[in-house]
Amino acid sequence: MAVLARASANEIDTLLTKHGSVPSHTILRGPEGGLVMVRGRAGGGGSAFNLGDMTVTRCTVRTESGFVGHAYVAGRETRRAELAALVDALMQDPDRAADLEVRVIAPLAAVQARHAAERAAKAAATRVQFFAMQTMRT
Amino acid sequence: MAYVAIKGGEQAIDNAHAWLAEERRGDTATPALSVSQIQEQLGRSVDRVMAEGSLYDRELAALAIKQAQGDLIEAAFLLRAYRTTLPRFAHSVAVETGSMRIERRVSAIFKDLPGGQVLGPTYDYTHRLLDFSLLGDETVAPETETAAGHVGTMPRVPDILGHEGLLEADAPSSREPGDLTREPLTFPAERDVRLQALARGDEGFLLGLGYSTQRGYGGSHPFAGEIRMGEVSVEIEPAELGFDIDIGDLIMTECQMVNQFKGSKTVPPQFTRGYGLVFGFGERKAMAMALVDRAMRAAELGEDVTAPAQNVEFVLYHSDNIEATGFVEHLKLPHYVDFQSELQNVRRMRKEAAE
Repeated sequence: MAVLARASANEIDTLLTKHGSVPSHTILRGPEGGLVMVRGRAGGGGSAFNLGDMTVTRCTVRTESGFVGHAYVAGRETRRAELAALVDALMQDPDRAADLEVRVIAPLAAVQARHAAERAAKAAATRVQFFAMQTMRT
Repeated sequence: MAYVAIKGGEQAIDNAHAWLAEERRGDTATPALSVSQIQEQLGRSVDRVMAEGSLYDRELAALAIKQAQGDLIEAAFLLRAYRTTLPRFAHSVAVETGSMRIERRVSAIFKDLPGGQVLGPTYDYTHRLLDFSLLGDETVAPETETAAGHVGTMPRVPDILGHEGLLEADAPSSREPGDLTREPLTFPAERDVRLQALARGDEGFLLGLGYSTQRGYGGSHPFAGEIRMGEVSVEIEPAELGFDIDIGDLIMTECQMVNQFKGSKTVPPQFTRGYGLVFGFGERKAMAMALVDRAMRAAELGEDVTAPAQNVEFVLYHSDNIEATGFVEHLKLPHYVDFQSELQNVRRMRKEAAE
């Protein structure tokens, strides 16, 4: 779900339909927009506090073979929530899970890892060594 | 004091709004500004509107900025209003800033802290000279240098200093935190509610208050222990699933302020702390928040409450720019009856004085 939540609808759609059309499914709930109240911790590790809301879209679908999948994804893209719920449902089918893992999840994860590595490499280029002047406080 | 209901003026109001729409668009010889341009190229405005609008959604914040002609308080107001139309599905598990994917992380107290100092995309060390090359259309941004080596998660400064007991430890509790969006503000306000109010408070107001603590109004000698910015993943536990799921990333800025000592009969002196956490890349706001958070802990730490920043009621009642805007700007509404009675009063007083 972490991978699907970070992928765009187009990316999921493209990978899912590489070998045919989007598997038929019934929508049980949504896709509907709402909020999640994001919490932080005082001091970073202390008691929780409410930081602010974020937009979230959720969806629940059932596949033809009766597997139910849920998705909650950041943002307001309804198509993405529906596709994420569909992949979640399809992956509950033990016969298809391994295939989907290879065909959909792994390529998405690779793209996301590459993106994260690019940001990390830019950050690494701004890593500094400060040299303090020893004589400033004598 | 009260304002009165009036009727009429519909045509004038319609015309005013039509003119507003025209002014917003500006000269049509200039191409219209797209929401994605605002989102991509005015990122710090987007961050501020999300923080003060208390809603993380980059696209909606950019839309609000466009609609408000760049008036960021008006834009935050639009986001707050939109927020009230949505149902709340859940609250998140408290985010782990210790696992942040770091894009910036600096410390003013440790030169060689584990993980190192990472400047990130900062305005620090720029010369603040206008860059006239930006007057033209830059089609391609200059390529950013990359470096081998990994910038991943890094220990937080309190985790480093805390081991020796030199720094006040976090006090976790399982208590359900208060929520200003559900219950009205009451006093004494606990730290959870204070932090929520600060996180959505006006950057300018908190900056001024934070500055006042540095200038001696309730000072507690702060050091910027650590400032970090980057992506943090958000997890929720939906009732229908019964386990945590990751729903995506948010960019956040965290500030750990380290302040002078406090000890007791049982605990030897140790540094105290103030905390700031905001949506987006908002370093100035996070630092100001941490200063004011620490100042508002005065009573808890046995300090005299003498300065505005230490006065919890004063800070919390005045930090919200939407509330402040509402009350200040309501003065524009018709106060004709009120003013008539005041006029009568002042005429009577003058007449009496003349007699």
